[in-house]
Amino acid sequence: MGKEKEYVTITIDDQEIQARPGEFIVDVARRHGIYIPVLCNLKGVKPAGSCRICTVLVNGRPMTSCTTPVADGMEITTRSPELEDFRRSVIEILFVEGNHFCPACEKSGNCELQALAYRFEIMVPRYPYQFPHREIDASWPLLLKDHNRCVLCKRCIRTIFDKEGHPIFAFRNRGHELEITIDPEYGKNMTDEMARQAAENCPVGALLYRKKHGFEIPIGKRKYDKEPIGSDVEKRKKEKVS
Amino acid sequence: MNKKVIATTSLAGCFGCHMSFLDIDERILDLIELVEFDKSPIDDIKKFTKECDIGLIEGGVCNSENVEVLKEFRKHCKILVSFGECAIMGGLPAYRNTIPIRECIEEAYLKGPSVEEANEEGILPNDEELPMLLDKVYPCHEIVKIDYFLPGCPPRADLIWQTLYALVTGEETEIPYEVIKYD
Repeated sequence: MGKEKEYVTITIDDQEIQARPGEFIVDVARRHGIYIPVLCNLKGVKPAGSCRICTVLVNGRPMTSCTTPVADGMEITTRSPELEDFRRSVIEILFVEGNHFCPACEKSGNCELQALAYRFEIMVPRYPYQFPHREIDASWPLLLKDHNRCVLCKRCIRTIFDKEGHPIFAFRNRGHELEITIDPEYGKNMTDEMARQAAENCPVGALLYRKKHGFEIPIGKRKYDKEPIGSDVEKRKKEKVS
Repeated sequence: MNKKVIATTSLAGCFGCHMSFLDIDERILDLIELVEFDKSPIDDIKKFTKECDIGLIEGGVCNSENVEVLKEFRKHCKILVSFGECAIMGGLPAYRNTIPIRECIEEAYLKGPSVEEANEEGILPNDEELPMLLDKVYPCHEIVKIDYFLPGCPPRADLIWQTLYALVTGEETEIPYEVIKYD
């Protein structure tokens, strides 16, 4: 076997781009100011590919850009009417599948699911609301867990570990009963910092840090009040061009 | 010019969306040049007196009266607009949707801490004059066809104004990012 190439050449939306082999498409695109919407993905964390919102066309075939490493000669399409509609439909499914009462949620305005819905200008989901019965778990002193809002992105499971490296969070049950849970043993090792980080990593309001006051930032000054999610990535492109 | 006719109602809502409507401030003077109101809490006309161009619906559908009113609106309005989270997805009243209806009523009239002593005979309201509660709170578009949706709790006054202006004049409108919010 020959020496591995230092760089591969791909095209994203007709733009020729050089990238290191093994890099994920979504990261390369981000670096070049091309925003691919993500929900379960968190920069620097091993991807899960669970939400499918980052789906792009790779040589004409739909693939999740957060889990697909670049390879030489790949032709990637990040935008088309079909892709936009597919992403929109995933967001709409997430809204009807849980109980997302935005007006009563502390995360509103800073919520990534909501921000994606704003970006895609979703006025109403095309699917019927399910109103499933879900519990709120207030038994832990540092974290409030609201299953009504959870989108099962696994971010908490993938990022929060105790000092020995044990994961604090896990999945339990299967199918439509699947939910995140806090390990009864390792959960006792949860520190303030871990709880704060878990709540911050949660894209929605499913995990709330109990020592933080809710609704502290006034409407108009929250993260996604003025600019759509992804604007920071897209600005990078504009700066580069100018 | 014939004025367009608007009707509005609040079903299972809190009138917050109507308050936001009034938040268009002095533009209400421009509006009244363009439209007249028929059935609406704004002029207190209780029954439709004519066919309307635009119907604004606040609130979701929680009882038999709401169903009746909503169907009346569909019958008499050319364009129906759901305005506010409750009309779109049930909103706060829909919190009861995950709890069986009997449990809700028992909590409200029998078991709740403030009613235990007040309702010693354990009476549940069942007068035939009262509208019947539905099994859950429904979004309006799951009962009748709705043409447009204005999210928000309440929808921003600018969103309501721009939409109404566009619908009344037939001019296209660009809605800015900041005014479409779910809270």
